[in-house]
Amino acid sequence: MELSDFFTNYTLRTITLGTAILGAICGMLGSFAVLRKQSLLGDAISHAALPGIALAFLFTGVKKQEILLLGALVSGLVGAFWIRSIVKHTRLKSDTALGLILSLFFGFGMLLLTYIQKLPNANQAGLDKYLFGQAATLVESDVWLMAGATGVSLLVLLLFWKELKLLLFDADYTQTLGFNTRFLDILITSFIVIAIVLGLQTVGVVLMSAMLLAPAAAARQWTNKLSTMIFLASVFGALAGVFGTAISASYDNLSTGPVIVLVAAVIVLVSFVFSPERGLLFREIRFRRNRKDLNRKKTLTFMYHIASDHADISHPHAIRILNNFQGYTRKTLNQLAERELIRIEGDQWAMTPKGYEEAATLYDQTPDPV
Amino acid sequence: MNNPAPSTRPPAIQIDDLTVAYNYKPVLWDIDLTIPEGVLMAIVGPNGAGKSTLIKSILGIIKPIAGSVQVFGKPYKKQVDKVAYVPQKGSVDWDFPTVALDVVMMGTYGGLGWIKRPGQKEKKRALEALEKVGMLSFRDRQISQLSGGQQQRIFLARALVQDAAIYLMDEPFQGVDATTERAIVNILKELRQSGKTLVVVHHDLQTVPEYFDWVTFLNVKSIASGPIRDIFNDDNLTKTYGINYKVATKG
Repeated sequence: MELSDFFTNYTLRTITLGTAILGAICGMLGSFAVLRKQSLLGDAISHAALPGIALAFLFTGVKKQEILLLGALVSGLVGAFWIRSIVKHTRLKSDTALGLILSLFFGFGMLLLTYIQKLPNANQAGLDKYLFGQAATLVESDVWLMAGATGVSLLVLLLFWKELKLLLFDADYTQTLGFNTRFLDILITSFIVIAIVLGLQTVGVVLMSAMLLAPAAAARQWTNKLSTMIFLASVFGALAGVFGTAISASYDNLSTGPVIVLVAAVIVLVSFVFSPERGLLFREIRFRRNRKDLNRKKTLTFMYHIASDHADISHPHAIRILNNFQGYTRKTLNQLAERELIRIEGDQWAMTPKGYEEAATLYDQTPDPV
Repeated sequence: MNNPAPSTRPPAIQIDDLTVAYNYKPVLWDIDLTIPEGVLMAIVGPNGAGKSTLIKSILGIIKPIAGSVQVFGKPYKKQVDKVAYVPQKGSVDWDFPTVALDVVMMGTYGGLGWIKRPGQKEKKRALEALEKVGMLSFRDRQISQLSGGQQQRIFLARALVQDAAIYLMDEPFQGVDATTERAIVNILKELRQSGKTLVVVHHDLQTVPEYFDWVTFLNVKSIASGPIRDIFNDDNLTKTYGINYKVATKG
């Protein structure tokens, strides 16, 4: 496949548009899951959707996409709210509840799938594509459905922005202000379920949670503002969709869903290493710079104590007398000299008035303004 | 030193027969408590005495097994605009992507109601509250980069913005330094002077007589409640903490 095909090939264009929209909606709603510490909710819900697909097929006997996804939606919602009620009414913690529902529903779904495969019906093959997804089966109507769902969830997000933000940060407080937190919770959970169901065809049950989490986790690295984070997560999700589809189309037989997830993982990796404030790289650089800075200050303080014993603070001393103190190197001395905090002449150093003053006030902390 | 409201008005908070249990063991047992308007009250009691639970029950966050809570004579749900809540600092994730001013602005959300967004008027109120707690210069600071005492002040500012009649605070002095403690106490006293009612979960028994004018002793049951000078004594402390208490009750 040539790159030029990418823009002219109708099927490929449809698939690319579909995966881009899917990435965007997943990034947007995934941000909520991540910030609510419900990262694994997506995993549980997507697995919980599997028996719904199988049951929808068993009851109707047809393999129409809409019907199967409706089944997935119902079963995903049942799973999600079952988890909620387990956490609320028992002493089990949410990770246990998530694990329980995930394995229970997935196990039941697999059971039904194998049962369906043994049915004497030529129509049954292909339900297992929902396990890992098959982006190639995306058609225009699927894309319209995704675009519609994205539009609606964006609208709801903008409408209830203030309330949802409050809920994410402090749920108890939200309730004391008179907002119905249950309504908000059901709202956001339902939209997460919808996003997952929309992604099953493309990415599949097993990898779906990565689509929710990866863009959000990456976006968190780049900003300290909620709106920016959600916007970035949508962009990252869409990029993963576009590049994932392009890569998988450029090589034969590469399954699209896993490639999209891998691209998303690369975005996460880059964000974790290179983001300026939270990234590992810059943190390490900052750490080293601070350590050097600390060494310089230690040296300066030591010099200050020597200099303050003399009437003339700029009286020169031999560098040798710093020897019993480990915090300095030639380089740090030169750096201090560059800043005109000390003067170096031959193997002697002397403090400047500026350096003396700086050393005297080095670790003074003014108390918080009250 | 107390100037209770005329007796025709209902008390700020009236609790009758309140019982709360998480599992089998009751956390609060048959609490009857009247908090008059205009007091600055400490709730004291050992760990696990149900102090936070009592506050959360008043706010309707926790549903009791039995009993009722009335705020100025009506259920809390009808009085949400009259009550401000300062939760424990540790109850939220401070790594949330937002800045100090934004958190304080949240105090205006209740008054705005559903959907309506805060505007310039709300922002001005939030800035005033930030200034009051001495945090104006930190308005754009990411909240995870604030110290514990600063985070506590942000929570206090958020409650101040609500301009409520009753303030319920869960351990506002926890983990703050002496300067911040002093600043918070001054704000509490100022609020009381302007006629507000304050209910504060407090741990440091030494400072109770200095900071507060009213006290409730709580240990699952309500042991005693009233003016400091009448009931803050070794007898009630012993009943509440179960060991022989000798706190020098200064006059």
